[in-house]
Amino acid sequence: MTWETVIGLETHVELATKTKIFCGCTTEFGGAPNTHCCPVCTGMPGALPVLNERVLEFAVKTGLALHGTVTRRCKFDRKNYFYPDLPKAYQISQLYLPIVRDGALEIPLAGGGTKAIRIRELHMEEDAGKLVHDPWIDQTRCDYNRCGVPLIEIVTEPDFRTAEEVIAYLEKLKSTLQYLGVSDCKMQEGSLRCDVNLSVRPAGSAELGARTEMKNLNSFKAVSRAIAYEARRQIELIEEGKRVVQETRRWDENKDATFSMRSKENAQDYRYFPDPDLPPLELSEAYLERLREQIPEMADEKAARYQARLGLPAYDAQMLTGQKALAGFFEAAVALGAPPKQAANWIMGEVLRRLSADGLEAKDMTLTPGALARLIALVQEGRINRNTAVRVFDAIFADGGDVDAYVAAHGLEQVSDAGLVEAAVERVLAANPKSVADYRAGKEKAFGFLVGQAMRELKGQAAPQAVHRALGAALKQP
Amino acid sequence: MELYELTALELGACLRRGEVSQEEVCAAARARIAAAQPENNAFLTLAEEIPPAPDLTASPLAGVPMAYKDNLCTRGVRTTCASKILGNFVPPYDAGAVERLSAAGAVPMGKLNMDEFAMGSTSETSFYGPVKNPWDLTRAPGGSSGGAAAAVAAGEIWYAIGSDTGGSIRQPAACCGVTGMKPTYGAVSRYGLIAYASSLDQIGPIARSAADCAAVLDVIRGRDRRDGTSLEAPAGSLLAGLTGDVRGLRIGLPAGCFGDGLDPASRRAVQGAAEVLRARGARVEACELPLADYAVPAYYIIACAEASSNLSRFDGVKYGRRAEHCRDLGELYCKTRTEGFGAEVKRRILLGTFVLSAGYYDAYYKKALQVKALIKDAFDRAFRQFDLLLTPVTPAAPPRLGESLGDPLRMYLSDVYTVPVNLAGLPALSMPCGFDGQGLPIGAQLIGPALGDAAVLNAAHAFQLETGYHKKRPKGGTAP
Amino acid sequence: MKITEEMVDYVAALSRLALPEEEKADMAARLEQIVSYMDVLNTLDTGGVEPMSHVFPLKNVLREDRVIPSQARAELLAGAPEPDEAAFLVPRTVE
Repeated sequence: MTWETVIGLETHVELATKTKIFCGCTTEFGGAPNTHCCPVCTGMPGALPVLNERVLEFAVKTGLALHGTVTRRCKFDRKNYFYPDLPKAYQISQLYLPIVRDGALEIPLAGGGTKAIRIRELHMEEDAGKLVHDPWIDQTRCDYNRCGVPLIEIVTEPDFRTAEEVIAYLEKLKSTLQYLGVSDCKMQEGSLRCDVNLSVRPAGSAELGARTEMKNLNSFKAVSRAIAYEARRQIELIEEGKRVVQETRRWDENKDATFSMRSKENAQDYRYFPDPDLPPLELSEAYLERLREQIPEMADEKAARYQARLGLPAYDAQMLTGQKALAGFFEAAVALGAPPKQAANWIMGEVLRRLSADGLEAKDMTLTPGALARLIALVQEGRINRNTAVRVFDAIFADGGDVDAYVAAHGLEQVSDAGLVEAAVERVLAANPKSVADYRAGKEKAFGFLVGQAMRELKGQAAPQAVHRALGAALKQP
Repeated sequence: MELYELTALELGACLRRGEVSQEEVCAAARARIAAAQPENNAFLTLAEEIPPAPDLTASPLAGVPMAYKDNLCTRGVRTTCASKILGNFVPPYDAGAVERLSAAGAVPMGKLNMDEFAMGSTSETSFYGPVKNPWDLTRAPGGSSGGAAAAVAAGEIWYAIGSDTGGSIRQPAACCGVTGMKPTYGAVSRYGLIAYASSLDQIGPIARSAADCAAVLDVIRGRDRRDGTSLEAPAGSLLAGLTGDVRGLRIGLPAGCFGDGLDPASRRAVQGAAEVLRARGARVEACELPLADYAVPAYYIIACAEASSNLSRFDGVKYGRRAEHCRDLGELYCKTRTEGFGAEVKRRILLGTFVLSAGYYDAYYKKALQVKALIKDAFDRAFRQFDLLLTPVTPAAPPRLGESLGDPLRMYLSDVYTVPVNLAGLPALSMPCGFDGQGLPIGAQLIGPALGDAAVLNAAHAFQLETGYHKKRPKGGTAP
Repeated sequence: MKITEEMVDYVAALSRLALPEEEKADMAARLEQIVSYMDVLNTLDTGGVEPMSHVFPLKNVLREDRVIPSQARAELLAGAPEPDEAAFLVPRTVE
């Protein structure tokens, strides 16, 4: 029998606000335990939440970008459960009236074409704290720095059939969130996390099988592997005549397997009810319009524009728009006069090479678009050659500084004085009579050798075309 | 005349005129407290040191000794909610109302006893022992702000700050013969008030006169950016607005509030109050206020539901008391909470958990929120015809100590006149209006429309210009 | 509405309260008395009535996204039953 895997995703995204969702504490990552805390986010008696306006803006913008319907009258609810990472013993979330419903995100399919993944809802909520076990004292430490960091949870319909689709969705979601500027989506810092709901069914069946929910997936790799593992596990169970139990399972990165979480955590009664401390939200059309206007051009639109207006190949356009910071860098360099295709080549070549070698994200690099534009201009003007340009690029990429100043300080400018080139060529011809004879006897290879010698004579600072020209002219003479 | 016989405003004026020194005033308060505390147990914590003499120009109440109900957080001063579970919790912050009073020159003498977590109508559920009524030490002072009302009645302090979720300011004020006001929901910041039921809780004054209450409210009301449910105060001083002029004021007497459930002495006293206001020019008429019978069940569903969530944070992890010798987290939660909460609090947590639990939410919690909407509607309709409503505060004189502990439902039913006001978020005041056959004080309740706090206070002030009930003091053994 | 001891056990577990065996029957009876009284609400037709979670007319109360200095850690930990110098401690919860 062939089996079909049915997957739905719940993605938690930490929003890139300066402060927490309900208090003025910083959201900065890291920090000594419990130093980004106040009575509100540690659940002290009598402390009250007040909503951060930026959280609402970010949630609404994301909803609009995902083509969702914004809930114009919405509220927050309390989700009640006891756990030491939740100091109030309830999480402020949204159950009854989530801020956004019925969205969609279009993903590219491996075999070409696209597929729309339906988004059931998007809601705002607060993050929990961090628990770290200390084996020396056999106690768990509660750090509430992350408590109250704003999250949006984006829930899809069970529209995925493969791990590839899930990854394509996550890539696309990440790009969308980054373009909106609502999250930096750093999976390693936990600012993008997802839970995977998975079930299997005989291919062609319309009914859904019993599903499991996998938590603790902190990388795209983990998502892929957990899906592969869990689908195989469920299929094997069914083929052995056993039953899939609806439960929550934890993905263990090290063991490369999922494990059932205690059944207690499966049977929950969260007793949601509207949070009386937070007045309801009523969003006007004018408010939505203002946010709609703030939504920037997204990756797909950008890529289409790069092809149509700037004449870039589809591949280049997609590469450049894959990261918002890269696209921004490209556009700035072009605006400063760099020819689009050359700027694209430099970015896809040297820039990505250095980013990957240095383990950097595009948004963190110090190289300026102006420096790249100037470098391209110098090559075009024939003042430095391409190899020199790469040398300059590497130096500037690492240490910053001015392109022209670097070229001058290191004497890298090409020799463009025809007299100097001719003199060098003459010296080379005089010193290599055999090669000259070979060339004249029809051995084309000798020309290349002579060019190399001339370049060496000129310390690599001559324009190759000028050397070619001078050498060709000299050899034509008897 | 003794200092303790003055109102807060009168004492403030004496201080400003230099007729009495700050030291003398504080010494007088300390002496009264020392004498009364062993009898009525009104205080849970006494201020160790008296703060430096305040700027007497800060407010009309500057320099006047007062105290806070022990569910208001006070920076550096133990705050217990009269519960074992909070242990010796010392908040690192002040409640919004406390901050404002400090800036206005209030002189806090300590923290006042109450029902545990403000859950009760008799001030007997305190872990630190019951408060006793200064008018009759064998009786309860009403609750939950019983310590506040008793301390003001006994002349230990000139005013107190209490909280009212279903009558917790008005009932003890009525039982102790003092004046207490629950302002419009949102008038006073709840920041730092340890929540019982967030949608109903409101902070307010208990004092010797409506004028004192107006002066306190002038200080504590207004928007606080830390409480999203707090309201901007309407312009103008409440105190300055007390003209005592009630001519043409339309006052409704809801017929249902004067039925069989009401003690005859109370009925006579409240109707007498109506006559006094009529004599000063108010137009007093009987009216209908439907659905009042549904208010008590709706109130207990909503209040307990919110309480079950609000009190979950008391888990022995971040503050307060933790049970000893717990093997694991589950036991830590369970033992801490089981040992830390008293019987009434546990009952309300269980009730609240039940009405929110899967399968019962719609039948109870959602239903109660719908009834709340209907009750709000009934008040809105009444206030199209009337400026104020006048009702009793309690069905009968305060019970004898211990009498109501065995019968929680009976205790809940005694809230029938006060809880509708909280459900609708309205301002209401309790003022002394007479005594029953045993010499126990009786209160009358004035209810106004939302944000009609000024009208409520002015009508009470008019009544107090005409009568002397609010000046009566218990004779009991509280002589200095 | 009948309140059984099983229901009492269920809500007690959700509330993290442990009732001694000998108190359960009494608590069930008390709760049943109160809940039965609350059932009076069922005599009221509330069809079409919007549940009112917030009684006041306030809406859209928002805070600017501006950092306010956090509270000193020592002050937050001062009231904890079992802190170390940096954190609140609980029995083993995670591996």
